[in-house]
Amino acid sequence: MSKLLVSTTVNGDPQQFLCDPDTTLLDALREEMGLTGSKEGCGSGDCGACTVVLDGEMVCSCLVLAPEAEGRQIATIEGVAEGSQLHPVQRKFLEHGALQCGFCTPGFIMASKALLDRNPNPSESEVRYWLAGNLCRCTGYDKIVRAVMDAAAELRQDRRTAA
Amino acid sequence: MPSPAYHAPDTIEQAVALLAGDAGARPLSGGTDLIVQMRSGRTAPSSLVDLKRIAGMKGIRASPDGGFAIGAATPCTALKDDKALSAAWPGVVEAANLIGSVQVRNRATMAGNLCNASPAADSVPALVAAGATCLVAGPSGTREVPVEEIPAAPGRTSLQPGEFVAEIRLPAQKGSDAYLRSIPRTEMDIAVVGAGVSLVVDANGTCTAARVSIGAVAPTVLLVEDAGAALVGSKFDDAALDRMAEAVRAACKPIADKRGTVEYRTAMAGVLAKRVVKIALERAGVSA
Repeated sequence: MSKLLVSTTVNGDPQQFLCDPDTTLLDALREEMGLTGSKEGCGSGDCGACTVVLDGEMVCSCLVLAPEAEGRQIATIEGVAEGSQLHPVQRKFLEHGALQCGFCTPGFIMASKALLDRNPNPSESEVRYWLAGNLCRCTGYDKIVRAVMDAAAELRQDRRTAA
Repeated sequence: MPSPAYHAPDTIEQAVALLAGDAGARPLSGGTDLIVQMRSGRTAPSSLVDLKRIAGMKGIRASPDGGFAIGAATPCTALKDDKALSAAWPGVVEAANLIGSVQVRNRATMAGNLCNASPAADSVPALVAAGATCLVAGPSGTREVPVEEIPAAPGRTSLQPGEFVAEIRLPAQKGSDAYLRSIPRTEMDIAVVGAGVSLVVDANGTCTAARVSIGAVAPTVLLVEDAGAALVGSKFDDAALDRMAEAVRAACKPIADKRGTVEYRTAMAGVLAKRVVKIALERAGVSA
């Protein structure tokens, strides 16, 4: 079977790559595009470590076939910071010690940012339910939830200042 | 293992031709079950027919008769975002949004949940209770099939070669519905037992129609006609609810595994069926 040519947009930049039809988007990101921020934890959609945003909705990139990305917009952890300026979610994860080994962190950041992009004032319970698809075996969840709540507060403050 | 071919047709006719022309072809919609099964080696399709580029396969259309047509490739989260659908069929929408995580629900579809044919599928009992049907497309045209007739056995459907579910149709809501499942965790788990109900209640509080369904307690999701019949004509008194629960328990043929014994699953099916009736009654504005 010949390889497929897929044209897509990753973090705002046009990207083309060749892949077998059953390559996952996660493998294409990591191996064809060199974007190794997204991690493979379970490969079955249970752990959320490979979370990316596909056409505005967060998905497990291990559950997307690379050819499905044809013509689509993909946002990955590599596009969250602006240059050397960390996104508030990233900064608050550092400040609150919300990571240890860091393997799950890219997925948590992507999911947390996706939540705050649509709801800048979530309750703690909403944060916990939203992040139910992301597993952390090191830090536990309290520090992560506190980091997300704090990032939300900062984003609301920024919004008020801007207005 | 050779890689399968990947096709993304633009029309239902092209999809049917691709599926009918290759016995090893599989339709791909959300892929949250299929891709995992391919990776684990449980299935090795010779080609994949991605349905998501076909116009009309994504999205929800209100029908002139007050019902809804849901494109087979519509992800579960899109159901929740549709206010009219959520208001009419809250049990169906909630059931679909118990599946997996937000990441998974942004991909997973009710049609995929149905055609994966797991006895524990969460959206299927709610669809069966709602009296939903499927528009099945195939080599000899389209046919409309009740949802409960699609699963044939765990992992197997009654669909013929070349056929796929193109649309799920919900009738106009004349009453209210609800779905509940029992899981040991709060999220991200497979139903140990599930129960769905759809009720119509008249102005006197008498039940004029009822459909009760159960999941994870038999090889396929079941419509329990005797359970619905036990409610019709009653005002949901304890005796009627007990008869309904007894009919539900009698229909159970569960497996025992580490997640639940036969006795637990059977008893719990009756408990959940009573609870969903009470939720549906509250939604209908009837105090139980």
